Amino acid sequence: MSEVNEASGAKADEPAGGSARRAPTVADFTTGAEARWCPGCGDHAILSTMRGLLPALGVAPENTVVVSGIGCSSRLPYYLDTYGIHSIHGRAPSFATGISINRPDLSVWVVTGDGDALSIGGNHLIHALRRNVNLKILLFNNHIYGLTKGQHSPTSKVGTVSPSSPHGSLDNPFNPIALALGAGATFVARTLDSDRRHLTATLTAAAAHQGAALVEIRQGCPTFTPIPRQPRGSAAPAPETDNPAAPEQGPIRLSPGLPIVFGTNEQWGVIRDPSTGELAIGHGGDSRVVVHDPGIQNSTYAYALARLAETSLAEPPIGVYRSVTQPSFDQLFQERLATARPGGRGELRSLLTGVDSWEVAAS
Amino acid sequence: MSTEQLSARPDGVRRLENVVIRFAGDSGDGMQLTGDRFGAQAAAIGNDVATLPNYPAEIRAPAGTVAGVSSYQLHIADHDITTPGDQPDVLVAMNPAALRANVTELRPGGVIITDTDAFTALGLEKAGYESDPLTDGSLDAYQLHAINLTGFAAAAVADHNLKRKDAARTKNMFALGLVSWMFSQPIEDTAAYLRKRFAAKPDVQAANISALRAGWIYGETTEAFASVYEVKPAPLPAGTYRHMKGNKGIAYGLVAAAHQAAMPLFLGAYPITPASEVLHELSALASFDVRSFQAEDEIAAIGAAIGASFAGMLGVTVTSGPGMALKAEALGLAVIMELPLVVVNVQRGGPSTGLPTKTEQSDLLQALYGRHGEAPLPVIAVRSPADGFAAAVEAARIALTYRTPVILLSDSYIANGSEPWRVPELDELPSLGIDLATEPNGVDAEGNPIFLPYARDPKTLARPLAIPGTPGLTHRIGGLEKADGTGAVSYDPDNHDLMIRTRQAKIDGIDVPPLEVDDPDGPPGSGADVLVVGWGSTWGPIGEACRMVRAQGLKVAQAHLTHIAPLPANVASVLSEYHTVLVPEMNLGQLAGHLRRETLIDTVGYNVTRGMPFRSSELASVITRVIAGIADEDGTGTVDGRALGDVAARLAAKTDAGANKRDATLEAGR
Ligand code: SF4
Repeated sequence: MSEVNEASGAKADEPAGGSARRAPTVADFTTGAEARWCPGCGDHAILSTMRGLLPALGVAPENTVVVSGIGCSSRLPYYLDTYGIHSIHGRAPSFATGISINRPDLSVWVVTGDGDALSIGGNHLIHALRRNVNLKILLFNNHIYGLTKGQHSPTSKVGTVSPSSPHGSLDNPFNPIALALGAGATFVARTLDSDRRHLTATLTAAAAHQGAALVEIRQGCPTFTPIPRQPRGSAAPAPETDNPAAPEQGPIRLSPGLPIVFGTNEQWGVIRDPSTGELAIGHGGDSRVVVHDPGIQNSTYAYALARLAETSLAEPPIGVYRSVTQPSFDQLFQERLATARPGGRGELRSLLTGVDSWEVAAS
Repeated sequence: MSTEQLSARPDGVRRLENVVIRFAGDSGDGMQLTGDRFGAQAAAIGNDVATLPNYPAEIRAPAGTVAGVSSYQLHIADHDITTPGDQPDVLVAMNPAALRANVTELRPGGVIITDTDAFTALGLEKAGYESDPLTDGSLDAYQLHAINLTGFAAAAVADHNLKRKDAARTKNMFALGLVSWMFSQPIEDTAAYLRKRFAAKPDVQAANISALRAGWIYGETTEAFASVYEVKPAPLPAGTYRHMKGNKGIAYGLVAAAHQAAMPLFLGAYPITPASEVLHELSALASFDVRSFQAEDEIAAIGAAIGASFAGMLGVTVTSGPGMALKAEALGLAVIMELPLVVVNVQRGGPSTGLPTKTEQSDLLQALYGRHGEAPLPVIAVRSPADGFAAAVEAARIALTYRTPVILLSDSYIANGSEPWRVPELDELPSLGIDLATEPNGVDAEGNPIFLPYARDPKTLARPLAIPGTPGLTHRIGGLEKADGTGAVSYDPDNHDLMIRTRQAKIDGIDVPPLEVDDPDGPPGSGADVLVVGWGSTWGPIGEACRMVRAQGLKVAQAHLTHIAPLPANVASVLSEYHTVLVPEMNLGQLAGHLRRETLIDTVGYNVTRGMPFRSSELASVITRVIAGIADEDGTGTVDGRALGDVAARLAAKTDAGANKRDATLEAGR
């Protein structure tokens, strides 16, 4: 294995795909398999974005590995012409960890869903995040179990009526962003399947991050949980209301270095109470409007942002909540190996013989 | 060693053919270290050695109680031995509880060495003694040496600036010095070992060495013992030897296999008794490109190992029964993805948490059948501590050659037991390198070259492996059924049936050496009428038992299974040559059932699950009864005259004896 360029995940000594080869294209990342999701499923849009995005990252298809668990979202690896594993329910981060920490020359992606990552696989998700394994984890959140026909999931709102909760679900949902931040994730973002530009920008930022990147992709499941949203490109602007939580205000878009304002006329903003440090919704013109900074090491701010939707907003903010630099587990793992064998592999026979052996002569 | 031998004449060194010594004390008394060092000393002077450590499940069981007793038994001999011995000839008991828990197993006339310092009123009470056994005559059948080990040790280390408690802790080294003198063993190696082990604590280091020497000198000067004994070196085949524990042997075998395959070794593991030591050993070997990863749970441990295997490492995971249960789903994935993987199960007493520090062979059926769907995989078993290395290399050979997960079964007795092991020369090890795919191996409908991840080697039925980073061979594998050849997802009924049969045929076709029979009286059909078949750690006790039976002039044959799935091709023909096939197992008949399923041959079982290896003498008497045609009819074993299979009678007997009266042997956590 040759040395790798950590930033791109590509080999440093040759351009992506080998010096003799042209730059990869969308076609190079596309398999012949026909995507088998319901018509209108958000997964189609995410797949198409991924196909457009991967060639631009400069990593050859053979140096890209996509690992998934079980669920609608987890079919995605079959449609990307890279190396891939469609593994078992909830465990994708563990397979991906075994690949990534041993092969720093590879760009390793995990594709998972809300049931896969947050229910059966919760343990693996939080440990991949706390270790800061160099994985790009795409959590397709459709708030439901799609593949098993519509049961409520760990992100379903309380009261969700489903085949397994005919009188409404009783359990509190996870907030994936808050969970990831609590696990110490170094890159946490949220985006939408329906906003290709935002999705592309967010995934590009995740790909560039060194360490674990958790991207929650709010995904529409027209079959079980259609997300009510503005028809795209509709001519009539949404009427201005005096309710910041009204869906037509759209989600808050977080942009590094810019004040967090939203609403059809940016009439709303996120303000910080200087005495408590807590975040709240105020007026866009307020001098206390927060300027977004995902680079703050202390995750209290990002956590407060993540929780805004639970009290004050119809939809949680989208964008990068946190992006901080910490050594990745992969890097530490490889460094440990390198320092353990400065002169190459140890001599096996001397290991086997040990220090307390004795000779028995032929009799 | 016989009683007469121990009642030795005071005329210097007595030569013994073999002796069994058990060191027993409180868990905090350092008995494991003491026993381990005694074994290393014996090995270094060329004795054959087999050991049996035994300790409570709790890290710190209540001090001074029978439940908190830890022991270490060694069998040393001037000839080839395969078991740690049935009954100790010498018992070193550091406190009343250790005496109480072990003395019933001491050979009549055997030697007891105890520490009088621990025989206080409180110590006796904690052990459940109503009167002092050192003075009440209850030990008259033995040669009792009651010595103030703690007092002498403390006096010996008085100059070393230790707290009173720390000074008293050196009593184990004093005892070791004394027993080393008794058996003519040099203590220099142990002194060197202590120097290294306590390098960071000069006072403790010096004190332990002083106590060790003081013990030796005490023996020499006080003439406490009538005689000194000596066990001559055993005639082993020429070569370099070292003392090897089962767990370490497996770890080294895996390292050697990766070396022979020119692949990095990756271990994904989660701590579990009694397998953690393999994790510890491998974690210390980064300099051999061993990549060890402590995962968040058993599932992640195997998941990471499978991922590593996909990425071109030799993937390994180690665990014990409860961990195996958790890994079952991922094992099924490794079966359908057809990736090389070695899964080590160091078995312990089950079900559930069971007896975590005791031995058992009750995970065989789990290994063979414990997955959903038709998910065949090879199963092989380690037979002794010194066999761990070779068994691990064999497991890796099968995994790499056939691109399959392999289960390697060990057990707690093998894990912690030790034996002299002949260190192989590197050129004795098999070459395990595999050819990774680098080029397309097929064409698509348009004639373009493509990679077919599920094409097959016609001989082994193994599929090609292409690892990430290989241009032009990108492909996806996973848990959904694969189309033959292309590996694309396929729901086609005929394809599914074909793939199920292909995966089975691949495992059935694994190249496995034939079953060999050990019978000095002749080959199958013309020698003994009774064949004893075993697997795993019963190899030693069965072999020893067969030798005992033959010494009585009776005929018996022994055969041992290393490969349990697939079985050697000649198993049915070998077994059918015998009038009776006896299968002793530390379970309720798992191999016997497997043999019946595979060969339609009925066997006689001898099944005991007491957390301890079989005693050879117990098996010898079973074999003798089988030869005489008076086999245990229900095939469930007898021990100490109790028919274990008669559960109703055993329950009734317990009730009769009083429901509240505790069974001391069970309490002792033996
Ligand atoms: S069930 Fe929902 S998530 Fe699944 S494929 Fe259909 S639309 Fe997509």
